[in-house]
Amino acid sequence: MEFFLETLIGGLLAGTMYSLVAIGFVLIYKASGVFNFAQGSLLLFSTLTFVSLHEAGLPFAAALLVTIVILAGVAVLIERLLLRPLANRSPMALFIMTLGLSFIVEGVAQGVMGAQVHALDLGIDDVPIYLGNIMISQFDLAAAATALVLVGILAVLFNKTRIGLSLRAVADDTRAALSLGINLNRIWQIVWAVAGISGLVAGMLWGARQGVQFALSLVVLKALPVLIIGGFTSIGGAIAGGLIVGAAETLAETYLGPLVGGGLTSWFAYVLAIAFLYIRPAGLFGERAIARV
Amino acid sequence: MTATDPQDRILEVREISLSFKGVNAISALSFAVRRGEICALIGPNGAGKSSLLNILNGVYTPDRGEIVFNNRHFRTIDPLEVARRGIGRTFQNNALFHKMTVLENVLTGLARHASSGFLQQAWRLPRARAEEAAHRERAEEILEFLELQSCRDAVVGSLAYGLQKRVELGRALVAAPALLLLDEPMAGMNIEEKAEMSEFVATINRDRGTTVILIEHDIGVVMSLSRHVVVLDYGRKIADGTPAEVQSNPEVIAAYLGAVH
Amino acid sequence: MSATNTLPATQAVVLTGTGLPWRLPLLLAVLFVVIPSLAGEYWLGVILVPWLVLSLAGLGLNLLTGYAGQISLGSGGLMAVGAFGTFLLMLHVPGLPLPAALLPAGLITAAVGFICGIPSDRIKGFYLMVSSLAAQFFLEWLFLRFPWFYNYGGGATISLPSLTILGIDFGSARGRYYLVLTIVVALTWIAANLLRGHVGRNWTAIRDMDTAAAVVGIPVNRYKRLAFAVSAFYLGIAGALWAFAYLGSASVQSFNITRSFQILFIIIIGGMGSLGGSFIGAAFISLLPLGLDTLSQSLFAGHVDAGLLQNIEKVIFGVLIAVFVIKEPDGIARLAALFRARAAIWPLRL
Repeated sequence: MEFFLETLIGGLLAGTMYSLVAIGFVLIYKASGVFNFAQGSLLLFSTLTFVSLHEAGLPFAAALLVTIVILAGVAVLIERLLLRPLANRSPMALFIMTLGLSFIVEGVAQGVMGAQVHALDLGIDDVPIYLGNIMISQFDLAAAATALVLVGILAVLFNKTRIGLSLRAVADDTRAALSLGINLNRIWQIVWAVAGISGLVAGMLWGARQGVQFALSLVVLKALPVLIIGGFTSIGGAIAGGLIVGAAETLAETYLGPLVGGGLTSWFAYVLAIAFLYIRPAGLFGERAIARV
Repeated sequence: MTATDPQDRILEVREISLSFKGVNAISALSFAVRRGEICALIGPNGAGKSSLLNILNGVYTPDRGEIVFNNRHFRTIDPLEVARRGIGRTFQNNALFHKMTVLENVLTGLARHASSGFLQQAWRLPRARAEEAAHRERAEEILEFLELQSCRDAVVGSLAYGLQKRVELGRALVAAPALLLLDEPMAGMNIEEKAEMSEFVATINRDRGTTVILIEHDIGVVMSLSRHVVVLDYGRKIADGTPAEVQSNPEVIAAYLGAVH
Repeated sequence: MSATNTLPATQAVVLTGTGLPWRLPLLLAVLFVVIPSLAGEYWLGVILVPWLVLSLAGLGLNLLTGYAGQISLGSGGLMAVGAFGTFLLMLHVPGLPLPAALLPAGLITAAVGFICGIPSDRIKGFYLMVSSLAAQFFLEWLFLRFPWFYNYGGGATISLPSLTILGIDFGSARGRYYLVLTIVVALTWIAANLLRGHVGRNWTAIRDMDTAAAVVGIPVNRYKRLAFAVSAFYLGIAGALWAFAYLGSASVQSFNITRSFQILFIIIIGGMGSLGGSFIGAAFISLLPLGLDTLSQSLFAGHVDAGLLQNIEKVIFGVLIAVFVIKEPDGIARLAALFRARAAIWPLRL
């Protein structure tokens, strides 16, 4: 029983890492209706930038600040060059554009900053702590705490600030928001910047765990099952989805893995997502779309 | 089949009710359509007319009631099965295959009549070639009838709205349906185009014996084309009879107050 | 006749059907006779063979995604099924010539593809991606984790002892070129036949508006699954050819998610919904790295890091995709069609 709990908790905590990545997707999807495939490469880019700046001598906080400014700049570029020309196009067209964007960002990131693995030390000791007889990774706890703080900040941003109000208006009904005089372009720039920052946070945690390298951008693929289970339009859903995927994956690997030689984590989440789509096509917290003919 | 039904009703709508998220789209609707007639379905926007056609088509499932078509009853039905039973349909918003040509769109109307198998198609065996040629001939016939020959190779998405509606009519017509459901076939057309379209509908009804249910807002068109008019308002039937009867019905006049075409 | 405010039919450019160039006999003569007599080993073995195989893979994916409108990121995995299937068949059935093994391998892949297509009944559009991702990652895991698939070979690789068919050795570059060319031409002809008739039309109808397709009388679910199966068949054969007629030996790594993306890019750039486009896209994907390499060699005399070149390639691909999506979503094929149409009436426009 204790082993089960330990595995479960480990899985849930690992899941928060997925949630962190998924939050970036939800932000962009809510505001511009795009599944941003480039989120993974942006994650890589932002983390690489931070690490490179830090390694070049900039202190932690300064490097972070500069990276955030760069991210804001990138968001503006993306909005101007890619989002605006595709304003009324189909979701598929937008998605393919993000595919292209992911390649551009990856190429630039690795071209400029190199393809070696960078170590990232966040100052968190990976010494496990014990809750009774159950072992919990300190790092995972830190990640979960970070996720909570991020969600908290986002919640305040969305609910208590004017910008947040505009963001919610745009997410709810773009045309109505436009007619109210909300500057759609500015909103998109802000959302992409915020998504980039949340990606940076996720990237830093992932990077600390497995090194900052190319594989980081593949994390985006795992976000898809998380979003399908939790819904594309809710941050709470992203959290729930991440937790479920993390727990299910870990449990499956631990209990079913030995039967088939391990490695289930590479595909289990996707099969889980398919099962969910059969039962609840819009995810746990998403909205059901009714097709009107 | 017709011996038991002196009125020869091709379609009966019986106590149909439909609601979306608590809003009643249609309430206890009942009426019948005789074989070979043109029946117009009119009413203010939102009265539930398109929803009714969607039910007849199998796209929506009613909460209550049933449909009887050619003496076969159904409530839930697959759109594919509806097509098989002989009901054709055009849509308010032009549900055409916008990246395909006019000819190809009309050809898709014959999709369910294609009997040559996959391998026969793959290897271009004579049977497949013959069937394809026969289908193309039929499609060309329809294009000829609807005067669409000059744009047969144009991609449908690039055509004017009025022409698109005609293509949709062709697609519905090519499979020789017994009942044709037309959802605002003349929307967005000028007087000339409306006259042409009315002429086509009348000819289809007269020469091919196709029964037509027509949703239409232009009262002039309705009065001249149809002999049977059903009026809906807020999902309920408020009148059912000949154009003249309906025109002088006080409830109808009240419903349309202000909505003069 | 009411006036139209659009181009008359002769000028409206149509990107339908197959997008294959007309003068077919001429093209075949060039491919079968002219090229092999002029091209050397390098061109045949390193450029043309992979181009043909990638075109075939692109063609397969195009049937599913470009024509039937079902997105898939599982192309790599399906190619692996074809490769491993062919390997195992030839291993366990002694004396089986390669072409005879390709057919059943293709059918096995078609069956796998069919299974991948089952969720498309319930899951539509964009969400369907997760189903192909599940298949892709599952297959990647399967062909690595269970050594039976690669006959317990070292490095988890599969290869064929020789490419001898009916006593003739097709192992040379020229031989492999003919082998691959014949198969690709035959399968392209079949695909063109399918697309010309009601199968192709049903697929594009489903892509354009599946609710209307159902209303018109098309059995949507059946045709979706058919698209998955046929597409998988093509991908399986392409996978086998990739492993044995091009690489020589392959492991599941040659068929990973990167490969799936590569095939998707081929059809995006070449033109979704255009058979000819698959060939154009494949040419792009194969030739661009080569072109860049040559350019850097001549301009910078080899001082440019190979890794940097790869990243430049990535950026170029990304920019191309973005530009195409914005300007010309139907890819190069449509640009080519537009060009041909303009060229056809050019003398008149003087």
